[in-house]
Amino acid sequence: MTNTIRDSCSSASQSVLERLAKLERRVEGGPDANALSMVVFSGELDKLLAAFVIATGAAASEMRVSMFFTFWGTAALKKDGPQEAGKTLVERMFGWMLPGGLHRRRLSRMDMCGIGRRMMAAEMRKKGTPDLESLISIAQECDVEVNVCEMSMSLMGITREELISYPKMKLCGVATFLETASKAGTTLFI
Amino acid sequence: MTAERLFDLSGLKCPMPIVRLNKIVRELEADEQCQVIADDPAFAPDVEAWCRKTGNTLVSCTSNAEKITATIRKESHT
Repeated sequence: MTNTIRDSCSSASQSVLERLAKLERRVEGGPDANALSMVVFSGELDKLLAAFVIATGAAASEMRVSMFFTFWGTAALKKDGPQEAGKTLVERMFGWMLPGGLHRRRLSRMDMCGIGRRMMAAEMRKKGTPDLESLISIAQECDVEVNVCEMSMSLMGITREELISYPKMKLCGVATFLETASKAGTTLFI
Repeated sequence: MTAERLFDLSGLKCPMPIVRLNKIVRELEADEQCQVIADDPAFAPDVEAWCRKTGNTLVSCTSNAEKITATIRKESHT
């Protein structure tokens, strides 16, 4: 009889200990309120501005920030200039359709073939709002990580040399993003 | 107590006042205070949120004639 009680007690305490260990692992690997992870899917100027304002603001609030650029976001990071040699015809066409240069980014609304974009740029200068170039260099100073989706680069035939220079830029895949995002308290998709 | 340094962030727009404020506070010693003036209307709620987020203390924050003056004390744990 006592043996049965002892056994059931020890198995109960064992299961409590197991649950505790499981909880501990969950808390340790859980999301960090001071980490921000972002997916930048869009390549339009207004969305990139919003993404970089949030990223730099978070970095200035002592958060660790990691941005993952994919699809049109990846193409938006192309710098101005000719295409690299050795591309296939389709890749070259992607290059023509998606010309590089941060100043070429369109607005997602009211772009009006560039008129809206120019008006916005003039207003931003007048009102002292930082432009995309300045925000990117601030992001760089604040150690914002920029990860670029390798798959979208190879899909659109974009090479590393065609991207803007950014010291903390890393080419990676979805697993890197998921690892970062699963540890971040906030994840945004822009 | 030494006189707190004054920084003028006028003319800067979001997110620049916060970016500059972070740099300023990083360079302070623990318990040291600084005073900043900004004219970005978002700065008043933002400086409060920034202090809460980073664990520094907002000693005072007053707005008048489109100018926001905030005094911030750097906490030792930040």
